[in-house]
Amino acid sequence: MKKKINFIIIFSLIIFIFITFIIGLNKNSTYTTANIKNVNIENFKSKELFSDEIINFINPNFKKKITILNIWASWCLPCRTEHEFLINLSENKEVILVGLNYKDKTENAKSFLNELGNPYEKVLIDDKGLISIELGAFGVPETYIINNQEKKIIKKYVGPIDEIKSKEIESLVKS
Amino acid sequence: MKTINKIFLFLITIIFLANTSYANLKNERVDKISKNLRCLICQGQSIYDSQSDFALSVRDLIIKKIDEGEKDDNIYKYLKLKYGDWIVYEPELNKNTILLWILPLILFIFGGLLIFRKVIIKLNKNNV
Repeated sequence: MKKKINFIIIFSLIIFIFITFIIGLNKNSTYTTANIKNVNIENFKSKELFSDEIINFINPNFKKKITILNIWASWCLPCRTEHEFLINLSENKEVILVGLNYKDKTENAKSFLNELGNPYEKVLIDDKGLISIELGAFGVPETYIINNQEKKIIKKYVGPIDEIKSKEIESLVKS
Repeated sequence: MKTINKIFLFLITIIFLANTSYANLKNERVDKISKNLRCLICQGQSIYDSQSDFALSVRDLIIKKIDEGEKDDNIYKYLKLKYGDWIVYEPELNKNTILLWILPLILFIFGGLLIFRKVIIKLNKNNV
């Protein structure tokens, strides 16, 4: 009888460990901050790329529904691939597209935009990368969809915007 | 005149020493905090170990927060708010991590009880 109980305990323990491992193996172990949303967006000040003026990110002139904040750099290759989608998104009338230029040289950033087109209403400079860290960014490119009324990040995209993500953003803007 | 010079020299030395000890203390705090933070974009490295852009920026942020007079706990809290609990090496005790904290304790007590029982049985047998 005692042996039977011991056997049942050991057997169920092995089954438990086995199931835990199977679940663990199937789970995606790459950590991403994309799930951290509905966070309040804090205002920040920085220099504008073209005008050299120091401006606030949250601007009373931004009366549209959604702000898209895109963190980019001229040295970042995926930023090139997402650029055409950003240009398409900038044509949406409900959207203000703001760029945050991450650890970049001013001349390089300007020539990048001259070459590929400028989808941004404003481009703020983040030369030390501190603003990006305060926003909770991983690296470049990264895109935040911000509800202007609530001043909250409603969606985060880590990595370049592609066709699927851009359609998702458009439907977010519509909803 | 000479005494004025001496006082001046003394003051400068004091200021210099105070400055360097403050800088050392600050560096120690930055090192301590960055050793407890995980570099999210590099595998198996802390913010202290890594030379990635992300880690360097986080370190700059820690320095900025210390200069602003923030306490260590507040800096950790701030980063957890932005990046989630994963950024700190030691997970906080909450309903998601309770099993993680309690399971080793349960196993330890269970194992201890087993050993205790075996020893008691053996002692009893020997006595008989």
